[in-house]
Amino acid sequence: MKHTLSVLVENKPGVLTRIAGLFARRGYNISSLAVGETDDPDVSRMTIVVSGDEVVIEQVCKQLNKLVDVIKLTDITDKEFIGREMIFIKVNCPDAKARMEIMQFVDIFRARVVDIGKDTMIIEATGEAAKIDAIEDTLRPFGIRDFVRTGQIAMVRGAKNPKHPKKSN
Amino acid sequence: MKMKAAESLMKILEDHGVDVIFGYPGGAVLPIYDAILKNDNIKHVLVRNEQAAPHAASGYAKMKNRPGVCLATSGPGATNLVTGIATAYMDSVPMVAITGQVSTPMIGTDAFQEVDITGITMPITKHNYLVKDAKDLPRIMSEAFHVASTGRPGPVLVDIPRDVADTMIEHPDDLTVNIKGYKPTYKGHNSQIKKIVKALEKAEAPLIMAGGGMQYAGAGDELKEFAERIDAPVVTTLNAISIFPETDKRALGMLGMHGRPAANYAVSHCDLLISLGARFGDRATGSVGKFAKKATIIHIDIDPAEIGKNVRVDVPIVGDVKIILKDLNAAVEQRDHSEWNSKVADWKLEHPMSDQYGNESDLKPQKILELLGDLTRDRAVVTTDVGQHQMWTALHYDFEKERTLITSGGLGTMGYGFPAAIGAQMADPEKLVICVTGDGSFQMSLPEMATAIEHCLPIKIVLMNNSSLSLVKQLQHFQCDRRYSGIDFTANPDFCLLAQAYGVKTFRIEKEEEMEEKLAEALASEGLTLIECIVSDKEMVYPFVPGKKGLDEMVKFEKLK
Ligand SMILES: Cc1cc2nc3c(=O)[nH]c(=O)nc-3n(C[C@H](O)[C@H](O)[C@H](O)COP(=O)(O)OP(=O)(O)OC[C@H]3O[C@@H](n4cnc5c(N)ncnc54)[C@H](O)[C@@H]3O)c2cc1C
Ligand SMILES: Cc1ncc(C[n+]2csc(CCOP(=O)(O)OP(=O)(O)O)c2C)c(N)n1
Repeated sequence: MKHTLSVLVENKPGVLTRIAGLFARRGYNISSLAVGETDDPDVSRMTIVVSGDEVVIEQVCKQLNKLVDVIKLTDITDKEFIGREMIFIKVNCPDAKARMEIMQFVDIFRARVVDIGKDTMIIEATGEAAKIDAIEDTLRPFGIRDFVRTGQIAMVRGAKNPKHPKKSN
Repeated sequence: MKMKAAESLMKILEDHGVDVIFGYPGGAVLPIYDAILKNDNIKHVLVRNEQAAPHAASGYAKMKNRPGVCLATSGPGATNLVTGIATAYMDSVPMVAITGQVSTPMIGTDAFQEVDITGITMPITKHNYLVKDAKDLPRIMSEAFHVASTGRPGPVLVDIPRDVADTMIEHPDDLTVNIKGYKPTYKGHNSQIKKIVKALEKAEAPLIMAGGGMQYAGAGDELKEFAERIDAPVVTTLNAISIFPETDKRALGMLGMHGRPAANYAVSHCDLLISLGARFGDRATGSVGKFAKKATIIHIDIDPAEIGKNVRVDVPIVGDVKIILKDLNAAVEQRDHSEWNSKVADWKLEHPMSDQYGNESDLKPQKILELLGDLTRDRAVVTTDVGQHQMWTALHYDFEKERTLITSGGLGTMGYGFPAAIGAQMADPEKLVICVTGDGSFQMSLPEMATAIEHCLPIKIVLMNNSSLSLVKQLQHFQCDRRYSGIDFTANPDFCLLAQAYGVKTFRIEKEEEMEEKLAEALASEGLTLIECIVSDKEMVYPFVPGKKGLDEMVKFEKLK
């Protein structure tokens, strides 16, 4: 099963290597990983989607927690959270008919056209993984030229979002 | 106070009670060596190969129960530390390893003797640092000692570029450590303690399994009281040997792949197993599926990640085992399990270790170790290398005093024993330090004889010379249908002559009749001493548990009829 981990880490060089290295060395599977600074520039948040059974996930969490640079880890899988991924898809669009069709799909999915080339279009979409998969499937018949997809970022609804620990200084 | 970062480094070492560094110089550590020269309180032990430095630091750390320190230059100096750091990591040894690095402007340019040692050691350190800004050095060094010695101990590496070490900085007065992401748990959870007490009340055949964590916790006395209270026998992992006197009636000795019969039977028959600071390594458990099958398992460990990693656990509790044992001792009533204990005592009687000698040779290595134990167990610290001699030490010496066996368990690093003895002897110059080694292992650390001579260390080296890598030979005997490959030494030196060239006193024992007298004489002699015992390469370590088998399926020695 897929688990979504929200991890606060020190924003230091090498942190990503420590985490990626840990996954590689212990044979855990990262499905996706998104990382960026938080409002505190010393702290980054990683959203890691990892697959495995309960025993594996428990080990993943414990091993991550063991890293000195990991400040706080929360498995938010069972919490109510909003998760979003983003994609760019460059599709073939040889003629006006194709363009019309694509625009319709874009509308239905509440995606956006962000570029129109001579015979291609770039579509941008954000959403949950399932929606992103659906967009991809729908556009595939036109011929996908290029495809970029981010890892998931996630936030727990309501007040229970894993907060920054109070900083000492 | 203003000073060079390298001097600030020395000050912090001193503040942490460091009185000796094991190291080897080079270009990138020139500023640090300069600072060493200016310092009167810290001794530098120049090893002959950086490989020995972390091993020596480990021996020191295990003696003193606080971080050992090693130092090497950038590039090849740093990479030579790697095996020793990994060895320390696997056995949770507190250590601070300091490496020089090329100057910051050169980093990333494949400069002369540049190697990414923080990258290389990421998987084998508890944490590591590259100091990019000199003013961070005091904080980082303080953190390094804190991380290395608290929670589950382990090695921490600090990589210091040459220009950083040379920079003038303000040495801060306040070096209180506060790491957001690092807060080990010491106190065990009350509700878990209650669960353990309940489990103890229900148990009819409880067994204590002590692990290496007990040594760091220094919980020998608490263990003795606990064993009395719950009236249970005690098995130990290799890393825990000596925490519980093996001469005690409750002691069953080492469990595991080369465990003693009574210990392994007890594991297989107990209905409650209380693990104290052990990590259920595969050498200790045998086939995991068959491990302690009848038992409820209680796992006490300071590292949450150890819980449930290798075996199923019924009652986990995270914390320092000394503190938890104190709580438990206060909470449990005196129990009586005489039936179970007499069953266990019978196993012990039925399978004395003297039955596991094997009958291949005249001068039995097992007997030498038994004798060595009789002569020294009340006063010696024993380090070992890795091989048959290590297992025989674990099985036949009968350790009695806390923290008197120093050995490489998790990584099983040949070449560990002698430098570890150097570290141990540096830590306690008055102690009788014995290194039990094999001709294979000793040849990985031979040059360190010069180091020991230089510092007048009176270590007694007991070399089991069988002209072969016999533990591997034993594996080939049983697992490869006696196809022996790459295990014979046909051109060994005359070890006594060689040692004499270093200025070492030597003894050679070839027959059992001379064993007692020569051993006693050698142990009483002054200075660094080599006792070479010529033993057979046909000897086997018994018992052993074949792969995929449970502990009670061990192969014991059967006397030829
Ligand atoms: C040739 C060879 C054969 C071997 N055969 C055997 C064998 O037959 N039997 C055997 O047992 N071993 C054997 N070993 C050793 C084996 O590989 C392991 O190193 C050993 O079993 C590990 O011991 P341990 O479980 O006590 O763990 P250690 O590696 O010593 O780990 C200590 C544990 O204690 C925890 N801890 C640390 N401090 C504390 C504290 N203050 N409070 C609570 N917990 C703490 C740590 O988190 C860790 O989990 C062999 C090794 C070699 C080289
Ligand atoms: C550095 C290293 N290389 C290889 C091994 C594999 N190995 C384990 S025991 C052993 C033989 C050790 O020989 P020796 O030191 O002579 O001891 P003996 O078994 O003969 O007592 C070897 C090669 C190891 N443990 N460590």
